[in-house]
Amino acid sequence: MPDPAADLRIIGFLCNWCSYGGADTAGVARLAQPTDLRIVRVPCSGRIDPLFIAKAFYGGADGVLVSGCHPRDCHYSEGNYHARRRLELFLRLLPALGIDPGRFLYTWVSASEGQRWQQVVADFTARVHALGPMPRLRETDLAAAALCHPAAPQEGA
Amino acid sequence: MRLGVFVCHCGSNIAATVDCAAVALAARAMPDVAFAADSVYTCSEPGQEAIVAAVAEHGLDGVVVASCSPRMHERTFRRTVARAGLNPYMFEMANIREHVSWVGRDKERNTAKATDLVRMAVEKLRRNRPLTPREFPVTRRVLVVGGGVAGIQAALDCADGGLEVVLVERASSIGGKMAQLDKTFPTVDCSSCVLGPRMVDVAQHPGITLHAYSEVASVSGWVGNFEVAVRRKATYVDWSKCTGCGECVKKCPARDAPDPFNAGLAPARAINIPFPQAIPKKAVINPAHCKQLTTGKCGVCAKVCPSGAIDYAMTETTVTEKVGAIIVATGYELFDPKVYGQYGGGRYPDVITSMQYERMLSASGPTGGHVLRPSDGREPRSVVFIQCVGSRDRHIGRPYCSGFCCMYTAKQAILTRDHVPGAQTYVFYMDIRSPGKGYDEFIRRAMEEYGVRYVRGRVSRIFPKGDRLVVRGADTLMAAQVQVEADLVVLAVGAEHAPGAHELAATLRVSIDEHGFFMEGHPKLRPVETNTAGVYLAGACQGPKDIPASVSQASAAAAKVLGLFARGTLASDPQVALVDPRRCVGCLKCLKTCPFGAIREEQGRDGAVRAQVVETVCQGCGVCCVTCPQGAVQLQHFTDDQILAEVEALCRIPLPTCG
Repeated sequence: MPDPAADLRIIGFLCNWCSYGGADTAGVARLAQPTDLRIVRVPCSGRIDPLFIAKAFYGGADGVLVSGCHPRDCHYSEGNYHARRRLELFLRLLPALGIDPGRFLYTWVSASEGQRWQQVVADFTARVHALGPMPRLRETDLAAAALCHPAAPQEGA
Repeated sequence: MRLGVFVCHCGSNIAATVDCAAVALAARAMPDVAFAADSVYTCSEPGQEAIVAAVAEHGLDGVVVASCSPRMHERTFRRTVARAGLNPYMFEMANIREHVSWVGRDKERNTAKATDLVRMAVEKLRRNRPLTPREFPVTRRVLVVGGGVAGIQAALDCADGGLEVVLVERASSIGGKMAQLDKTFPTVDCSSCVLGPRMVDVAQHPGITLHAYSEVASVSGWVGNFEVAVRRKATYVDWSKCTGCGECVKKCPARDAPDPFNAGLAPARAINIPFPQAIPKKAVINPAHCKQLTTGKCGVCAKVCPSGAIDYAMTETTVTEKVGAIIVATGYELFDPKVYGQYGGGRYPDVITSMQYERMLSASGPTGGHVLRPSDGREPRSVVFIQCVGSRDRHIGRPYCSGFCCMYTAKQAILTRDHVPGAQTYVFYMDIRSPGKGYDEFIRRAMEEYGVRYVRGRVSRIFPKGDRLVVRGADTLMAAQVQVEADLVVLAVGAEHAPGAHELAATLRVSIDEHGFFMEGHPKLRPVETNTAGVYLAGACQGPKDIPASVSQASAAAAKVLGLFARGTLASDPQVALVDPRRCVGCLKCLKTCPFGAIREEQGRDGAVRAQVVETVCQGCGVCCVTCPQGAVQLQHFTDDQILAEVEALCRIPLPTCG
């Protein structure tokens, strides 16, 4: 697989109803964006377990971007409120996990905000590039990751 | 497991900036992939048939299509996969068009990104399980919010189709903006003659329950089974007794109440029936202006009412309606031109809005159909129309075209010549937009038959000169400054979202765009649906529309509702949460966080309390999965395992195994 050295590994978790639609809107409008980001589609930002983000970092992601519906505009009424609490707390926990908080961003983009999405991707990608590739984490950090959350089910894996 | 990967070129939409053959080649090396190919149009009939054939030929258990957004064609391909004999949920899409080829310029990087997205989809699909929807009964009733022309059409179409309809209107009469109009373009036929009989049909239809002077307070439930609380505001008149005779209105001494129906052209009485054809034709007291309600000294209406309908002690009530679908037809509001200081900003009485002019032209309006200057009651000899007031102007946050102003301005200019023979009319315009049946011909008639003088350019300033107004602007075709003396200036105000649209959107859990209009499910393929199942859009609440377009969309929404109810039952989305009873410890944190009340307490045979998901109530948000400290609740099709597999597919080093 060709892996252009210049691209960093940025993982996006986007809710299906607003931000994924916003990214689609940006695509339909041909709003050019950096190519570093790969998007994981989830039904709601409330589905995003902070553990997913921690695991992404420990797996070698250079940046993680989470985006959901604007507060009050959640397709499931209140999923993004749960997300906001969890992610704000998670953001403050990042230094303790040995991760630069600059590598993580959570934000809100609606399905009509193609231009805003373009801006978010451009700004965040530039921010992660300024920080450079993620340093390899030490064994102790990896152990901390294993301790930060009880077992996630691995059925079928 | 044997998986197939199909990489779509989408003509040149993807292939121009992504090497699709290379993506397919890379996919062949991915785990469990037994077949991979690229095709020019995967969604076309031969493209879909190739999937069906490949499933049979290679004995595939699941399919990945790398093409456009799943929001576009996930349903299409799920049907294809089902046709091939697989479970429709043994399918994944990689979005390599909207998220790759259309936004990235570098072909090599795009190809790498597309390959990554395919790898993610393959890893997810390896962990997919077949899912089967369940059937559940529906309430065959529909709620229509808004009683303008779109709401009326939707209500009548649904009721004629055999559904019970609940129509909720905020004002005291249905009719909306169309009832305020004098004539409609391009036929110049009387608006109330077109709409009036339809309003009567609503009142008389046995299948329609009308809640006028009411608002939607809250909505709970889900498609097929919504429960709606309708707040019936206090009218201070018992409508079961009111006959609409109008005696109270004639005798009411409080004459300073605002009259939204006449667009503020004249004041109204504190007790009022908005217009003669009102449905229901019932009086309503404005409590802010009623002397009895503000000072306790009056009671004239109670004395004169022959049926004893006045009830000063009335309070608002709430009724609950159970419905299976909701049509939103809340319309629009007109732009307030006070923002534009150069047009007088409301300081000059003879600068009026198009709706005020419309009420002036109407025979049932405050001037009895005579065009008279508000300042001195004189008939104007020269009328200037200014278009695009609150449209196509980024500086005031209205970058969109309101669509109907060019047409209604031409209509009003024509009517001016009918009402005031010999009057000179000028129209300042930016561009004429008349895409509709007979529309451009209508503009031509205004110019050629009625001698309306069209000046292409913006107006820079309006200022008084004696008892007249001077309109100064540019004629960009002549490249010259122009100055016109006018007796009356009419501002062709644009459309903006209806007041309360944001609150209603939050109540209904639907999205709104940046201008406050409701978002359709897909701009081309789902223009009537919202992203919330069972909630449909009709008319200008979705974006500025003229009457024919609003009526068309209303009929389309009604057809969607009739289609939804056609089978009597609905299939639930199987992408719902599921509790693993072996892991659940019965803490019931999920029950507290579930926004839909879809989790209930269940006592097992061993006597232990556990959580259980009600499948037909669960909407599949997944909030519970993150809440569960045990990882016992999993959202099917979006399990921790599946999401982490996608993450792992992207990471350079393998993930640490937790626990």
